[in-house]
Amino acid sequence: MSFTATKFAPSPLSLNSTTPRSNDKPLSFSFDHSKTNPSSSFLGSTRKLLRFTALAKPRAQARASTPVADVLLQQTSNLLITKEEGLELYEDMILGRFFEDKCAEMYYRGKMFGFVHLYNGQEAVSTGFIKLLKKEDYVVSTYRDHVHALSKGVSSRAVMSELFGKATGCCRGQGGSMHMFSKEHNMLGGFAFIGEGIPVATGAAFSSKYRKEVLNEADADQVTLAFFGDGTCNNGQFYECLNMAALWKLPIVFVVENNLWAIGMSHLRATSDPQIWKKGPAFGMPGIHVDGMDVLKVREVAKEAIERARRGEGPTLVECETYRFRGHSLADPDELRDPAEKEHYAGRDPITALKQYLFENNLASEQELKAIEKKIDEILDDAVEFADNSPLPPRSQLLENVFADPKGFGIGPDGRYRCEDPKFTEGTAQV
Amino acid sequence: MFGVIKHKTQSIRPAFSAIRQFSSAAKEITVREALNTALDEEMSADPKVFLMGEEVGEYQGAYKISKGLLEKYGPERVLDTPITEAGFAGIGVGAAYYGLRPVVEFMTFNFSMQAIDHIINSAAKSNYMSAGQISVPIVFRGPNGAAAGVGAQHSQCYASWYASCPGLKVLSPYSSEDARGLLKAAIRDPDPVVFLENELLYGESFPVSAEALDSSFCLPIGKAKIEREGKDVTITAYSKMVGYALKAAETLAKEGISAEVINLRSIRPLDRSTINTSVRKTNRLVTVEEGFPQHGVGAEICTSVIEESFGYLDAPVERIAGADVPMPYAANLERLAVPQIEDIVRAAKRACHRSVPLAAAA
Repeated sequence: MSFTATKFAPSPLSLNSTTPRSNDKPLSFSFDHSKTNPSSSFLGSTRKLLRFTALAKPRAQARASTPVADVLLQQTSNLLITKEEGLELYEDMILGRFFEDKCAEMYYRGKMFGFVHLYNGQEAVSTGFIKLLKKEDYVVSTYRDHVHALSKGVSSRAVMSELFGKATGCCRGQGGSMHMFSKEHNMLGGFAFIGEGIPVATGAAFSSKYRKEVLNEADADQVTLAFFGDGTCNNGQFYECLNMAALWKLPIVFVVENNLWAIGMSHLRATSDPQIWKKGPAFGMPGIHVDGMDVLKVREVAKEAIERARRGEGPTLVECETYRFRGHSLADPDELRDPAEKEHYAGRDPITALKQYLFENNLASEQELKAIEKKIDEILDDAVEFADNSPLPPRSQLLENVFADPKGFGIGPDGRYRCEDPKFTEGTAQV
Repeated sequence: MFGVIKHKTQSIRPAFSAIRQFSSAAKEITVREALNTALDEEMSADPKVFLMGEEVGEYQGAYKISKGLLEKYGPERVLDTPITEAGFAGIGVGAAYYGLRPVVEFMTFNFSMQAIDHIINSAAKSNYMSAGQISVPIVFRGPNGAAAGVGAQHSQCYASWYASCPGLKVLSPYSSEDARGLLKAAIRDPDPVVFLENELLYGESFPVSAEALDSSFCLPIGKAKIEREGKDVTITAYSKMVGYALKAAETLAKEGISAEVINLRSIRPLDRSTINTSVRKTNRLVTVEEGFPQHGVGAEICTSVIEESFGYLDAPVERIAGADVPMPYAANLERLAVPQIEDIVRAAKRACHRSVPLAAAA
């Protein structure tokens, strides 16, 4: 192994995504996005810059004549998933959707507070990627992290409780909406700053490689998924890490959830070349564009990208074109997005699309899906009840966990935290 | 960023001459050698320790702190990074999340400004935000404080910046013993440590005991060291200023003032107990630091003494700090912008009620 540039041999063509002239056809991926996503398919729009209707046409026509699922069917002539897989995907997407709806409800009831960013509409990305991971694999998310945590296996109770600011939350109420950590699930947190999670994710991938090649841990084949949005792709840390991940061939997949809007800034108004996937080949890794409203397509791409990372062939950049059905956060009045655009994407609801696929291929019955929805409803009612009835973090928790080894900090002569000292509130909160 | 990075041979005389006279038999090593051997020994002891940063490998370190380590441990553990502070500092943090022990070198701490998001938001806060699930055993190290003639953007002390952030430990060595013992402690510590070295001290030699040269040697984090005992006035300092304070103490001794010099070693946690014990003995305090005065380390020490030992003070606390201006380039102005030995002497005399014209005050 070598991390050094001097010993880095250029990847053979079959591993590298492209030659300069073949950017549209990444060689290592059998799934050819150019068939379903002509390069002019970016739909995010501002009324000023692009005519939404004109842009939407190719996609609308494609949808009318060949349903997305059919395109894939024609390619593979096999079902893409088994019945069990289909039901698992459906359940995870329903969990993500219903959970976020419940969050909105609880937020407006004053049960949670601060910034709460919901994931509605983007479920195909979280489910399509994370459900393929092993427990040991890492997920690094953003401030829109509830559903990534759920997909990774963190319980609804733990996430809901965290949002309620209760001691039973996955971070005992110390993290909050934007900082979901679970060591047990290798959920490395939500990062609240744009681009901040990308280097941390790259570091997690680095640690897998280090464990395998320096510490000789044979089973260290963890893959890291770094999730972030289109707005982040204009931030320097994105480029810094694409470079180093490719340079050192790290087992990571950079998953761009391009929902076309960074709060109120249209992707097209913010980015010189809006085709983010193209930035992969620029750094010597495959760049893939996939319909992020179709969980089966996402899954197909994710499977190859994750396996590629696990095989030690390095990073992949995957751009999932998706859409958030709600505002940026629950505090966002969402006035800048064109209602026609919202309506268009509402018609492409990834859950509806999966449901249709399951029905059309006789993979699930109406009752089975209804049963899943009922089950999730019950899980969430239970989660809310659990969170509601959970205790607030005790006062003694205030000064805990600032350090793994707090010697010298905030500890009184008796070895107890100073906040337990009745005189703690007198004078400064010196720790 | 840096123009040309040279391995400077330091011409500054060791400030610790008093001790040198007594220890002619003891071995002397430079701060550079102390840091280098500490890194080497910790990398040797624990394969999870690795070093990353700009020019740490093939160049052997911009200041040669990592000399020989690439050859010994290979490019997997001594990683030359591109010039991307935010990127590699964050990668270090991510690697530390799962138990590796990265040592991230900033060519100078001035460049850590490009990565401060990761030091504060990713490293310092993760243990708390995750309620103790994810600790971040990482060391950010490099030269800090005023160098010589490099202008405002390359001459700044970040001690009080980082020391104000919960979740970080901030160490600042003065001597070779400090450098060895504190760096080893930092690498072994389970929390993020900001390790502030000083470029102008790298070439200085200090006597070190056999104990300090042992590979098991380690200094406690959060303990100050009394470098010189005295009874009339307490002088606190860290890093290069410890040398200045010792020089000042020599001068003061000639005039009959016995100064106690405390080498803070650890800026956070701050050894309030040692400081207050000393002040209760001497009843006078002079704080010395190179950084900006406002909200500085001296201000924090002063507060601690006022809170805990107010009744023992016989004179107002004197604070010596860098001038409240960006560092000027011109050598004469630069000298005026950082504390000098005579500033410390003057302040100590003032604290001891010796008459000094106010206009001459620092």
